[in-house]
Amino acid sequence: MLAACGSNTGRGGNGQALRQWYHAYGEPGVQQAVERYAKSYPKTPVDVQWNPGDYDSKLATSLLSDGGPDVFESTLQISSVRSGQVVPLDDVFGDARSDFSEPILATHTVDGKVYGVPQAVDMQMLFYRKSMFAQAGVQPPSTVDELIDAARRLTRDGVKGLFAGNDGGGGVLAGPALWSAGLDYVRDHQVGFDDPVAAQAIGKLRELYTSDSLLLGAVKDWAEPDAFTQGLVAMQWTGLWAVPAVQKALGDDFGVLPFPKLTSAGSPSVPVGAFGAMVNAKSKRIDEAKEFVRWLWIERTDYQEDFNLGYGFHIPPRKSISAKASKLTSGAAADAVKFVRDNAKASNPPDWTSVMRTAFNDAVSRVVRDGARADEELRGAAAKVRDELKRLYG
Amino acid sequence: MRNGRAFWLFVGPFAIGLLVFVYVPIVWSLLLSFFDARNTVTPTSFVGLRNYADMLTDKPFLSSLGTFSVFAAFIVPLTFVLALALALLVNQISFMQAFFRSVFFLPTACSYVVASLVWKLSIFNGVRFGLANTVLAWFGAEPIAWTVSTSPPWYWLVLVTLRLWLQLGFYMILFIAGLQRIPHHLYEAAWIDGASRGWQTLRHITLPQLQTTSVAVVLLLLVAAYQAFDEFYNVLGTDRGYPPFARPPLIYLYYTALGSGGQDFGHGSAGAVILTLLIAGVTLLQGRVITR
Repeated sequence: MLAACGSNTGRGGNGQALRQWYHAYGEPGVQQAVERYAKSYPKTPVDVQWNPGDYDSKLATSLLSDGGPDVFESTLQISSVRSGQVVPLDDVFGDARSDFSEPILATHTVDGKVYGVPQAVDMQMLFYRKSMFAQAGVQPPSTVDELIDAARRLTRDGVKGLFAGNDGGGGVLAGPALWSAGLDYVRDHQVGFDDPVAAQAIGKLRELYTSDSLLLGAVKDWAEPDAFTQGLVAMQWTGLWAVPAVQKALGDDFGVLPFPKLTSAGSPSVPVGAFGAMVNAKSKRIDEAKEFVRWLWIERTDYQEDFNLGYGFHIPPRKSISAKASKLTSGAAADAVKFVRDNAKASNPPDWTSVMRTAFNDAVSRVVRDGARADEELRGAAAKVRDELKRLYG
Repeated sequence: MRNGRAFWLFVGPFAIGLLVFVYVPIVWSLLLSFFDARNTVTPTSFVGLRNYADMLTDKPFLSSLGTFSVFAAFIVPLTFVLALALALLVNQISFMQAFFRSVFFLPTACSYVVASLVWKLSIFNGVRFGLANTVLAWFGAEPIAWTVSTSPPWYWLVLVTLRLWLQLGFYMILFIAGLQRIPHHLYEAAWIDGASRGWQTLRHITLPQLQTTSVAVVLLLLVAAYQAFDEFYNVLGTDRGYPPFARPPLIYLYYTALGSGGQDFGHGSAGAVILTLLIAGVTLLQGRVITR
């Protein structure tokens, strides 16, 4: 049965193998790579299961039952910690802990304990077309107002200034808008955007939306660089993963930027997130599973480098590896590494629950798309987030 | 004895399937609705009716019920009238009747997901070379971001036309079946009495004779509208979640119970029970009003 679902490790599904789950990475070769890693583990046989489709739902369901994996990759949510689905991995890190990027480690930490070993860092940033900027005589923006102005001036001849998602930017840019004003989703167990400046920051997204310079309703959404590479826009918000495709289509005719700052209290930002290797608390072999995680994601630095840079384009979460990776020393990739070092913000902190996210996203959407009053909407969302924080932390 | 064994042989598998995949989950979710069930389906903390109270005062859930009403107000009468009109037309023609019947019925066989993607990505995408925008461009109009713009709410046009296309054929077939069961001598008698062939026979013979079919059609349409999920999720949902507008109850409950960032089966189940009671209530009421 296991052999039918997962891969054949050559040892067969004899019930002795540890079960490890991955979601289906898009880049060719990753599946073979992770199977190769697992096969070379000397202590225990490991069955790798590759999960195409809706991985999050499948994983969540399997963690409720006894049939889940021993080791799996995921982002950390406080609810899985509170319901005891994952085990702390602090002792797995050892001396290597300080080698991990601090903001990345924070996305796998709840109540001071680390529950996931970061595998690969993904980050989002702003791509801009150098030739179009030169033609329009526009400088790369360093403040939010300059960004709005640039988008407006670059909108001409059927080309739009900016593409930031088919929802008009309220989805992917809401976080960066808060950070641009020195705010956040949640900070020290308190609402991070309960501040009059938040209305101003989200109001800027409304200004962008109504400036007629956004591309809306593109065939592929923001995660794919198609609108940018097809010349439909002069700027697009997408991620590091798009760099190879953009390079192939546009050569050197592009640059990358963090989301700029709004006020002097704020700072430029790039949202980051990382899948981490975790151990299922319902596993009957927790110690073996932890040892495997330690071996694969701490000890075998050669595999970590291969996993991050051999197939797609990710930043290794360990500073010692990312510093020596030759692919990350020039061009847009080098800029991205620098942004992650200086401007990283957690795109999805563990205690930003789905209730909070829905409340906040709904509010932002109503402000950006319907022109609702930003202060009222955000106050409503803040109240909901506060209730949820009270439930979590008392 | 033999008969009994044959009965269980044929009915057994279905009964077991029904029990395991329908009745047990329904009872289970009823139980869950009385518990604080986050990230677990075997909760221990009983909260009584608190989940129900939360859902009944939850603004997004209530507004999603409002969304359903708006959607039903569009789609139920529209499908009813158009399906009836199509059925009358197809039933009248004397050539290629089977062909037209099949052509109009065919979309029913199409998956909601596939159709949603066709509507979203090729017909109503927002870039200038989308089908609808190309047609607009012939008349010199600016491209419209169909599924993004909220003022005016063009997304309703996308959602309503999509569902119309998908379900019209099915209800047309129901009406055709109803039409063919009307005895021809009723019409002949009416004509002898001097009734005109158009409106009078439709008003006094066809429509009254279609009453049972009509009740069934309205009922099915209402339930289908209440259960809207597929096309909404696929047209308006993004990887950043679902926008606060045009959010049917099932989508809101889906994100509550199964959304990433914490599964809340207690509130999700409570919402599902409320929705079920509402559907049952409206259906009973509607059946009583129409058949009276």
